Amino acid sequence: MALFGFGRKEKEQERLQEGLEKTRSSFFGKISRAVAGKDTVDDAVLDDLEEALVTSDVGVKTTVEIIRHIEERVAQDKYVSTSELNGLIREEIADLLLGTTDERPADFDAPLPNKPHVIMVVGVNGVGKTTSIGKIAHRYKEAGKKVLLGAGDTFRAAATEQLEIWSQRAGVEIIKQYQGADPAAVAFDTLAAAKTRDADVVLIDTAGRLHNQIGLMEELAKVKRVMDRQVPGAPHEVLLVLDASTGQNAIRQAEAFTEHVDVTGLVLTKLDGTAKGGIVIGISNEFRIPVKYIGVGEGMADLQVFDRAAFVHALFD
Amino acid sequence: MFESLSDKLDAALKNVKGEGRINELNIAETMREVRRALLDADVNYQVARDFTNKVKERALEDKVLTAVAPGQQFVKLIYDELVFLLGDVHVELNKSKRLPNVILIAGLQGSGKTTFTGKLATLLKGKGRNPLLAAADVYRPAAVDQLKTLADQVGVPVYTITGDDGTPAKDAVRVAREAVAEARKTGRDTVIIDTAGRLHVDEAMMAEVVAIKEAVEPDEILFVVDAMTGQDAVNTAKAFNDQLDIDGVVLTKLDGDTRGGAALSIRSVVEKPIKFASTGEKLDALTEFFPDRMAQRILGMGDIVSFVEKAQEQFDEEEALKLQSKLQKQTFDLEDFYTQLQRIKKMGSMKDLLGMIPGVGKAVKDLDVRDDAFKHIEAIIQSMTPEERQNPKIINGSRRQRIARGAGLKVQDVNQLLKQFREMKKMMKTMTKLSGKGRNVDLGGLMGLGGR
Ligand SMILES: Nc1nc2c(ncn2[C@@H]2O[C@H](COP(=O)(O)OP(=O)(O)OP(=O)(O)O)[C@@H](O)[C@H]2O)c(=O)[nH]1
Ligand SMILES: [Mg+2]
Repeated sequence: MALFGFGRKEKEQERLQEGLEKTRSSFFGKISRAVAGKDTVDDAVLDDLEEALVTSDVGVKTTVEIIRHIEERVAQDKYVSTSELNGLIREEIADLLLGTTDERPADFDAPLPNKPHVIMVVGVNGVGKTTSIGKIAHRYKEAGKKVLLGAGDTFRAAATEQLEIWSQRAGVEIIKQYQGADPAAVAFDTLAAAKTRDADVVLIDTAGRLHNQIGLMEELAKVKRVMDRQVPGAPHEVLLVLDASTGQNAIRQAEAFTEHVDVTGLVLTKLDGTAKGGIVIGISNEFRIPVKYIGVGEGMADLQVFDRAAFVHALFD
Repeated sequence: MFESLSDKLDAALKNVKGEGRINELNIAETMREVRRALLDADVNYQVARDFTNKVKERALEDKVLTAVAPGQQFVKLIYDELVFLLGDVHVELNKSKRLPNVILIAGLQGSGKTTFTGKLATLLKGKGRNPLLAAADVYRPAAVDQLKTLADQVGVPVYTITGDDGTPAKDAVRVAREAVAEARKTGRDTVIIDTAGRLHVDEAMMAEVVAIKEAVEPDEILFVVDAMTGQDAVNTAKAFNDQLDIDGVVLTKLDGDTRGGAALSIRSVVEKPIKFASTGEKLDALTEFFPDRMAQRILGMGDIVSFVEKAQEQFDEEEALKLQSKLQKQTFDLEDFYTQLQRIKKMGSMKDLLGMIPGVGKAVKDLDVRDDAFKHIEAIIQSMTPEERQNPKIINGSRRQRIARGAGLKVQDVNQLLKQFREMKKMMKTMTKLSGKGRNVDLGGLMGLGGR
């Protein structure tokens, strides 16, 4: 029995381990079974698609939506070949992923619309905020931009030291205070320094916080607010960092962070593991936020500008 | 979830004439719902499928299900099975006569290993043991500093090796081995080894942690995993267990609002107990793992037990008595009200709190029980002067305007709060009269105001 009633074919009960391995085998390899010139899609294909998407953390809701779209389009246009169906599926998924705008470019070489261009980085604990900042700083620096970091995580033990090491690695300057300092004050000072030092890009780190801790979310909103007093319009970008291994809870994260600090872009980290990060599809679509970067390792160079096609491709690897 | 499942099944059976027996047909929709609930809770696809198949088989076999309330019995079947799979007995840490006992902590990046190490040290110290921490995360920038800071807070020593360049020496195995020797020398009975986060597919790093294991032969190997993990949990847990033969699992970040289906996924692929649940950033935020609560959480059922416990923690008796007397003497002011609000907030988000009450859980799921309600009230009270808080009567029109501006809200909002506060006081007066010396703070009254 297929999960959501798309397919009616009873599948053989596989042993769990086998199933897990099977999950990882190529989806597009399997759909070559689909016969050309049909106006419906094989149940078996839909079953496989469902499994591929759900096991990539796309989530039931978005999976159901994607499959419905595909069924509709096939009913309308009829697909003639397997490769067309392939293309169709990829297209449908890619369409849900929002593109980047000139206002907030992801490309490091692109001209920045503001000076300083202020980027605030937020997310729950341990997702890779500080590491991503180190990597992004490195890339901007390489692109010839003057970068300044603000050590806004004044809460977690040794967070400032961690960012400081990244500032040294990337060869950029950092503004910091002491552990326990007011993060809003750190942000404020960093922007003041950015002006006098003529910085092009400012990256503000923040302490990890669970999105259901209202007090901490309000604190974050305050950190954001004070920046505007120093540099009108700042922060120009609020990046929410999501860990690719996170499941459906990422939706809640996106919801709460968007509500409190108006997230403008996503960073998806830890894609060097086996997790697919499919959760960003629904999030990007529902909250109208583009994915900007992906993290693919712990090194300074392990950051890539998000590429929709490559991401969708990897979903079915 | 529970209620709706049992309703669905009851309804399905009603349509069946005769005995109302469960069969493949009338159970299909309910099974789909169960499966969807599991997937929404991040239970692995394959695990969810196996689970529902198993439950279905049992339901079909079970003659009991033809009894009076099959829906409820079916739900109980699911719940019991889930509790069973999550492991129904609490398992202690392994202990050995060999001193020091060695505990190895391993897991992915960002799962919460270092914080957990600090918490475990706190817990053991509280039980009269004297742990030494080994800083074997020699890679992540400032990881050693982080552990040192935590160790200072706990009041336990840390073993590290500094290289010639002043940074940690990049030899995790040596750190672990020497830490054990150091503990033996200094009479420490436990060594907790914090290791670097690593991906299960990183062969070199997996080899390193295996080498640590071989060098120190731990009594206990704990795999630390983020409760928010999705479908991939099965892959990582399996890989770590294959390589390390772990003794137990630690679920972290359970103070979030994740349903935590990863717990079931992990239990299904590695048959090792979940030994701890980590529930916050503070060092004492560590508890045993309760399978029944986890099962309820995964299924989206209210958790009345922890609600009650949380409430008790936050409202200790002495405070309650003080408050009681204030209420009776009618000196309860906005200042006190603000304090109470903070207390309630500490218990979690409003929605979570409501969600813990059975029957309410589902109702609030899609409802906007906004903590904004609190936010506004707080903002308003914060914008008041101390005199105004103590004596709201003096808040006249111009003060109201000022307060509203300060809070970034409308004058009507201020009016409403003041009105509700007056009403609440009135209500409390009658209540305290009625209940005499009852020591319970009326949470409901306070919440009623908050959740307007
Ligand atoms: N494999 C891998 N590890 C990553 C990636 N990004 C970050 N990490 C690791 O994840 C762990 C946590 O990263 P941090 O940058 O400290 O995360 P954070 O969000 O700043 O954490 P807190 O400030 O403690 O909330 C570290 O061990 C990083 O090295 C990535 O793309 N791939
Ligand atoms: Mg950080």
